[in-house]
Amino acid sequence: MSEHRPTGVTRRQFASQAAAAAAGWILTACGPRRLHEMPRDRVRAAIRAMEQDYSARLGRPVTVSDAPALEGVEFGYALDLSRCVGCRRCVHACVAENNQSRDPEVHWIRVLAMDNEKGIDFAHADPYYQADAVPEEGRFYVPVSCQQCRNAPCTKVCPTGATWTEPDGIVVIDYDWCIGCRYCMAACPYGARHFNWKQPSLPAERANTRMHALGNRLRPVGVVEKCTFCIQRARDGRYPACVEVCPAGARKFGNLLDPESEVRYVLEHKRVLVLKQELNTVPKFFYFYGS
Amino acid sequence: MSGRNAEWRMQNAECQMQNAGCGLHAAGAATGPLRARAAGFARGAAVAALTALTACSPGEHYARTHLPASGTRKLAPKAAAVVERVEVPPPPITEGLFPCSGCHASMPVNRSRRPLTEMHGDIELDHDEQHRWCLDCHDAEDRDVLHLAGGERVPFEESYRLCGQCHGEKLRDWRAGVHGRRTGQWNGHKGYLLCAHCHEPHRPRFRPIRPEPAPLRPAAPGRRPE
Repeated sequence: MSEHRPTGVTRRQFASQAAAAAAGWILTACGPRRLHEMPRDRVRAAIRAMEQDYSARLGRPVTVSDAPALEGVEFGYALDLSRCVGCRRCVHACVAENNQSRDPEVHWIRVLAMDNEKGIDFAHADPYYQADAVPEEGRFYVPVSCQQCRNAPCTKVCPTGATWTEPDGIVVIDYDWCIGCRYCMAACPYGARHFNWKQPSLPAERANTRMHALGNRLRPVGVVEKCTFCIQRARDGRYPACVEVCPAGARKFGNLLDPESEVRYVLEHKRVLVLKQELNTVPKFFYFYGS
Repeated sequence: MSGRNAEWRMQNAECQMQNAGCGLHAAGAATGPLRARAAGFARGAAVAALTALTACSPGEHYARTHLPASGTRKLAPKAAAVVERVEVPPPPITEGLFPCSGCHASMPVNRSRRPLTEMHGDIELDHDEQHRWCLDCHDAEDRDVLHLAGGERVPFEESYRLCGQCHGEKLRDWRAGVHGRRTGQWNGHKGYLLCAHCHEPHRPRFRPIRPEPAPLRPAAPGRRPE
């Protein structure tokens, strides 16, 4: 009872743990950094290296942009469920714009065919529908891509900090930091993230040479990728490729902070819903009924 | 419940209902048992109005909680936008047919409703055809323009005004950039299309189109890809 029993850490344990922590901190602080925390000149050097590498691989001059988020901009997206005909033009325009792998196939947009009788019901949705002509009788279509959540589960689970939300609200990935653990894919309730199981194959003549470091630049094998609202176009003031290609005009894109923008008009005048609202992911991708 | 209290509630409810766009002016003047009933009704109405005011869609909720609350917030498109002319690409008129007056100037005007046999036989009218015919939209005197119901002539480039006479809600959304396809810049110059670029005016229903190929099913061990 009078025996002295030390219960806390010993001096030796404390010293060795402190040394390990210090070594770890020094290693991470001096090692490579994520694109968003690198100093400007190092980013420029990295971007130049990427341009040279991709130009050599594609046999054509490639420009890689590192355009930062615009001041006073938060991107939002609205999709008119009463207009979408399920033609998948958006899926393939996205692939062409964003240099996804053609084999194995990577699509950032999945168009889910749903039965009118069941309503929005993911359990019975069919992304593989084949039809001679769309819209098919008795069906409607819900295209799903990254919902660019404000409260994004994917960025929280990333063990390396390779994915984060930019100031303009776009959730991006630094492919050099992604270790391919796919935790983010498990966390995403929308199936919006896609993994490169094999070396992406992209015929050089079909590559889009206007790239962005956080978007459509060439990806290595073993990393996750996702929709970035066509960051290379959006930060240049242009509409994403899917918006421009949609033959039904179902896709709307703009600045949520601008009261004159199309997405704000939709939010204020239309019946709007978000997918899986109960999960509190707070998407910036809205679905609405235009008529 | 004292009468005074009931009256206060009633006025309160009335006020809210007027806000909601439906006045209940008679309720305040009611007396006796009618007044008690009216008070009950008013209480119900107040609850309903409050529910209507507080319940909102995810979009509104998002706008309320995440976007800057502002006096600049706009509830309707500006009045000026309604008369503004929209820049559009040339209207989709069959090659070689325009100007229409090239043929029609030398022809007598026949206003009788009839099937067209000599020309324009390819036009199938499936657009409220029970009630309308060519000259309800095309101008009889000047064939190179259209006319509104009131007689004002509008060029084909402004045909959206003609369509908007019936489809006013679509025209409003189109002007706001929400109905129809947009190209260009989200914060700058936007490319608009005329109604007729997507909807053939004589049979405007959107035609079914062939979809692009479906994604491949993921290959799994023991399962052959289809």
